[in-house]
Amino acid sequence: MTHFAAVVLFALFASTVFGITMRDTPRRMLRYGIYCFLLFVGSAIALSWIMFLIAR
Amino acid sequence: MATEENKNGAATGGFVYLPLIAGWLVPGAGHFLLRKWGRGALLAASILGMFALGLGMQGKLYSNAHDMLDILGLAGDLGNGLLFVVSRLLGLGAEQVQVTVGDYGTRFIVVAGLLNVIAAVDAHNIRTGRKQ
Repeated sequence: MTHFAAVVLFALFASTVFGITMRDTPRRMLRYGIYCFLLFVGSAIALSWIMFLIAR
Repeated sequence: MATEENKNGAATGGFVYLPLIAGWLVPGAGHFLLRKWGRGALLAASILGMFALGLGMQGKLYSNAHDMLDILGLAGDLGNGLLFVVSRLLGLGAEQVQVTVGDYGTRFIVVAGLLNVIAAVDAHNIRTGRKQ
């Protein structure tokens, strides 16, 4: 498994639980789950690029 | 005691902490008890998937607490309920593996336990009518 695949799977599972437990209606659960997933993956990519540029 | 339904349509009756305890011991069981089948299935799949991936990545199950980090790791692992107990009995996650993915696996297992605690508390909130 690549590191990026691990990040995506982590984000998927954590976002699913966050979405279900933090919101009341199915529609809001889905929206919040997608929001959390994008934040997880987006922040991982952003931090990776920052570390890459710092290391150069 | 007859099973009733609260204002959210969730099954009630009996011991009020049963969904909390069941949800902690078996991921998703608290929601299943409340007839929240879809939510329970998604929670179970997520937590079981994360736990299984952690073991598959040769993650470590904490078994003792020598320092503060070990105590925190053990607390997270205990959140997995029976998954932790059964895995320990089967000898899974016992070996210390010095690979990066193994370290990721250890974190996956700890986070699966923490997510399971959140899910169990959510089941309790549904049971008490605090959440729909």
